[in-house]
Amino acid sequence: MSKAGLSLFDTRLAIPAIFESFRKLSPVVQWRNPVMFVVWVGSVVTTVLGVHALGGHGEAPAAFILAVAAWLWFTVLFANFAEALAEGRGKAQADALRATRKNGVAKKLASAARNAKVQVLDSNSLRKDDYVLIEAGDIVPADGEVLEGVASVDESAITGESAPVIRESGGDFSAVTGGTRVLSDWLVVRVTANPGEAFLDRMIAMVEGAKRKKTPNEVALTILLVSLTLTFLVVCASLLPFSIYSVGAAGAGSPVSITVLIALLVCLIPTTIGGLLSAIGVAGMSRMMQANVIATSGRAVEAAGDVDVLLLDKTGTITLGNRQASAFIPAPGVTEQELADVAQLASLADETPEGRSIVVLAKERFNLRGRELKDALFIPFTAQTRMSGVDLGVQAAHKAHEGDIAVAAPATRQIRKGSADAIRKHMQTVGGDFPKAVGDAVDDVARRGATPLVVADGTKVLGVVELKDIVKGGIKERFAELRQMGIKTVMITGDNRLTAAAIAAEAGVDDFLAEARPEDKLALIREHQAAGRLVAMTGDGTNDAPALAQADVAVAMNSGTQAAKEAGNMVDLDSNPTKLIEIVEIGKQMLMTRGSLTTFSVANDVAKYFAIIPAAFAVTYPQLKALDVMHLNSPASAIMSAVIFNALIIVALIPLALKGVKYRALGAGPLLRRNLLVYGLGGILVPFAGIKLIDMLLGAAGWV
Amino acid sequence: MNSSIVFQTVMYLVVLFVLAWPLSRLLATALDGSLSSRFAFLGRSERALCRLMGINADEDMPWWRYALALLVFHLIGAVFVYAQQRLQGSLPFNPANMGAVSPDSSFNTSISFLTNTNWQGYSGESTMSYFTQMLSLAAHNFMSAATGLAVAVALIRGFVRRKAAGVGNAWLDIYRSTVYILLPLSLVVAVFLVGQGVIQNFAGYKDVKLSETVTYQVPKTGADGQPVKDAKGNPVLVDTKTAIQTLPMGPVASQEAIKMLGTNGGGFFNANSAHPFENPTPLSNFVQMLSIFLIPAALVFMFGRWVGDARQGLTVLGAMTLLFVTMVGVEYWAEIHANPILTHLGMSGLPGNMEGKETRFGIVASSLFTVITTAASCGAVNTMHDSLMPLGGLVPMWLIKLGEVVFGGVGAGLYGMLIYAILAVFLSGLMIGRTPEYLGKKIEAFEMKMVAIAILATPCLILGGTALSVMLDVGKAGMANPGAHGFSEVLYAFASSANNNGSAFAGLSANTPFYNVMLGIAMWFGRFTVIIPVLAIAGKLAAKPRLAQTSGTLPTHGPLFVMLLVGTVVIVGALTYIPALALGPVIEHLQLFGR
Repeated sequence: MSKAGLSLFDTRLAIPAIFESFRKLSPVVQWRNPVMFVVWVGSVVTTVLGVHALGGHGEAPAAFILAVAAWLWFTVLFANFAEALAEGRGKAQADALRATRKNGVAKKLASAARNAKVQVLDSNSLRKDDYVLIEAGDIVPADGEVLEGVASVDESAITGESAPVIRESGGDFSAVTGGTRVLSDWLVVRVTANPGEAFLDRMIAMVEGAKRKKTPNEVALTILLVSLTLTFLVVCASLLPFSIYSVGAAGAGSPVSITVLIALLVCLIPTTIGGLLSAIGVAGMSRMMQANVIATSGRAVEAAGDVDVLLLDKTGTITLGNRQASAFIPAPGVTEQELADVAQLASLADETPEGRSIVVLAKERFNLRGRELKDALFIPFTAQTRMSGVDLGVQAAHKAHEGDIAVAAPATRQIRKGSADAIRKHMQTVGGDFPKAVGDAVDDVARRGATPLVVADGTKVLGVVELKDIVKGGIKERFAELRQMGIKTVMITGDNRLTAAAIAAEAGVDDFLAEARPEDKLALIREHQAAGRLVAMTGDGTNDAPALAQADVAVAMNSGTQAAKEAGNMVDLDSNPTKLIEIVEIGKQMLMTRGSLTTFSVANDVAKYFAIIPAAFAVTYPQLKALDVMHLNSPASAIMSAVIFNALIIVALIPLALKGVKYRALGAGPLLRRNLLVYGLGGILVPFAGIKLIDMLLGAAGWV
Repeated sequence: MNSSIVFQTVMYLVVLFVLAWPLSRLLATALDGSLSSRFAFLGRSERALCRLMGINADEDMPWWRYALALLVFHLIGAVFVYAQQRLQGSLPFNPANMGAVSPDSSFNTSISFLTNTNWQGYSGESTMSYFTQMLSLAAHNFMSAATGLAVAVALIRGFVRRKAAGVGNAWLDIYRSTVYILLPLSLVVAVFLVGQGVIQNFAGYKDVKLSETVTYQVPKTGADGQPVKDAKGNPVLVDTKTAIQTLPMGPVASQEAIKMLGTNGGGFFNANSAHPFENPTPLSNFVQMLSIFLIPAALVFMFGRWVGDARQGLTVLGAMTLLFVTMVGVEYWAEIHANPILTHLGMSGLPGNMEGKETRFGIVASSLFTVITTAASCGAVNTMHDSLMPLGGLVPMWLIKLGEVVFGGVGAGLYGMLIYAILAVFLSGLMIGRTPEYLGKKIEAFEMKMVAIAILATPCLILGGTALSVMLDVGKAGMANPGAHGFSEVLYAFASSANNNGSAFAGLSANTPFYNVMLGIAMWFGRFTVIIPVLAIAGKLAAKPRLAQTSGTLPTHGPLFVMLLVGTVVIVGALTYIPALALGPVIEHLQLFGR
């Protein structure tokens, strides 16, 4: 993906965008944006007036009218350019994504069975609920759900993660994404999306202006902009009769010209935000895409800015995926080294990350090396026993039949590690006892938010291994920022309350839900929503689907099941649950950019009034010169300067529209004060300076 | 002098707030129905009346039913007031033998009183019988104010209710506003005014002999009722002598109280509150000023109380007070400067511009009254606004154009200000990166559409109406003053009508078919193009859930939001009206002082 390397005005994007901005001059395109449509009409009218004036009977000198007309056209073109540039950037990203899904062939199956009749056809002609066979080396032709088979799939085209993943029917790994490649084995897949409806297609549609649906807030803002435009239309239209009356009353001057009224109208209506509004929306979508998140609607992106509560799974989001051994706590009469030694023995064959971390810890602390074990039988962890370990001194005869059930002769030494409950039960069966000190140590460890693992050798309990959740670096600061933004974080975990509380405290989340089952998650979301809060969450499993569907912003992991993806309104291609925080920021940034530029645009009008009103009516009422606080060269120069400033400010703000207003993790009050100062007060002051400067340049060039 | 304006303004505000706070409790209990459930006989009489009228007292009306009820109520009222004016010659209580009012004036006046405007194209003492004054005009003073209260309450319900279908019962709201609030308050104020010397009788007009014969000039009117003009376009004046003055009488105090309390402003006499029978003393003047802001201020307190956060009310009140105090300052500053034309002639510039002012009130009380009556949608005057200095005239004109949201009309001020608050929240909400919400309600496309209509309608009426009038000969015919001041007069007339204020720059002969009809239209649409969108917003908001306030939510209380609200009001008002004001009062000022 060409994520990086596209500077803002990269020629590869800017040149096509220039062509595009001329193509967008068509009234059909302009009609979509009422504010710019008014400018477009104004440009046409002034051009006609200017051409008419060339004959010498114009309402003003032809050069002046045509200069105004030219700058009005530039205003339209600059707005078109902003939109085209944003679209170009979006498309470049989309194309990179789209390149991954070249149309290929699909092996359509007559029924959902491996050996059904195969029909080879174009992958674009697949429809929802078709069945396809995908074999090693094939590109997955469409998003779908695995019905049969197990295969390793290379999803690097979508996720950038090079390690292949396993996809199989049933469970949480049953979804395949179009464009990925099956590396080994085969799959029978049910297609879950029609062509053009897959996530990627929806996302691509959202960065292409023509197909882009306005988001709800964009619609509301457009209504405001249109009503401002209408107000100024009435204001400017009524100025003609007012002016005619004033000329009659004062007996001096001539009525204001249509050209000046159009210039005033264009300067007053919110062209800055009107011209950049769609660029802001497109840029927001493409920022999402840059973050490797595919949103199914603009509404979802907007909602992300409003989120009040984030539900975060503990594992993988707040803590690193795996717990790690952090301490050996021996029972009375046992040395720490003895405990470490036995624990390591019990874990040598344990390939789980927890098991490996015990081996590593023992090595680090007591320099105990892994060793070859003779006559050993490894007992894997099962859900029934909830223990694992090793039996030593098992007779060779039994070893010969590996895979058989090892029941024959009792082992000479039974080493076990497991949860406190499991070992307690085990002690009862083998006739050992469970020292109270160990029980206390177990409680201590649990209170610290770690997981206690009890180690037993034969009938003797040796002590406790502390397995600790490792909270991700920097996560606490992230949560503090979120709190500043007024967003509450809730940690969801299957751990017991004690453990959960300890980790919650360490990570700095506001609240936690312990021993959570999927239905608890759903209930929690409903509870928050009933209290009037918007909830965001991430999920990947099928059992997350109801909660995802209920949440206001639901980010499904790309590695998750099809059900989860369908229920969510965004998919994170990186399957990184921490991404939720970034998503919230992008949503906020998009709204902030809109609000700030609208404020800026409206605040600009004050200076424009001071430039144009004295200029327009000075011939009737010379005393109005007193309002010309900028002391501009001449009425014509004042009007030209205002129009030119109005056009150039659009170009000047394109980078801001595309990059977005910088987001700061501040509370609502300070943030508002800051933005009001920058865009409100700045919006009032900047045009005074800008118009004066342009006026001086025009004067210096001798054009006015 | 300077300390006097500060002292009077501060004292005024302190007394106002001290009275408004307890009144807000009465408003809340009366309007939420708890008063009629606490006192069973009140509840019973409400129900009995509803049964009698065939109204379901338990109906919780959706917004459009509520709006429809108000429209029907107004249409019936309009027909009633129109008919009574046309037929007053054959109706009782008519000692001065007033004949039928002309159709266009009757049309204008009926809309004027129904819409809480009380624009008066007529002179009360020479047009209306006592019966018409009491039964049509005073009665509608109550009902138009009650309508304003009802709409404001419906909007507050919109904010407070969660996922509700209705915004209340229009009939009950009007009844409760009238009977529990307006009537008792009016009684108290009327009795007080009688104590100050305001007349209250049904006697015929009294002729009194003047101590010396007076000669005065009156403009000659032609057969068409228009002033006759000479070749230069100046009105022809005729010398007239008289030794007798006719003193009009009537039930003034009873109408005076509700004229102020209901922010109606329609005077019994043409001179309105400048007339000694309407407003005889500085104390009666103070009480009249208090009466104008009393209910609007109490309503803002009630708003905070009702939405469960007194700070919300205080914030709105803070914004209103800030605008009010600023405007009083500008008005006073403008009026203590005497007309330079007079000072150039060698006249003393002290105490300032006394033209059109009553000496018993002086510049301070006149400036204060002028700002109060136009900040609210009252429109009663104790000063001739036409005689204010150009910038002194700009202040009331601009306050009206802001939509009278500085305390404002009864109910109308609050719902007008809340419309601005929604607008302020929309922009500032975006600026902190959230889709906007106010008091826990999301502001979305529908609400913005309605806000746009409410804010857009009056400028269209004002600017459109003024443009038409200065273009057409029938419009220009009524303008007695040429130039920028004549323009200001027309602009003021349309601003006053479309925003339902009712005060006037005199000098414009507005009692003509053209102006009666144009201004009547402006008043009707000015009222309902705001009321209907406001009710629609109320309905839509009531149906939404109420979101929780977090530290990420835009705080809509405190100094920052006060400034934001004031800024929104000022910016919208400035951007819309700067060009028109520049060609009216601003140029007049520059011409007057620029010599």
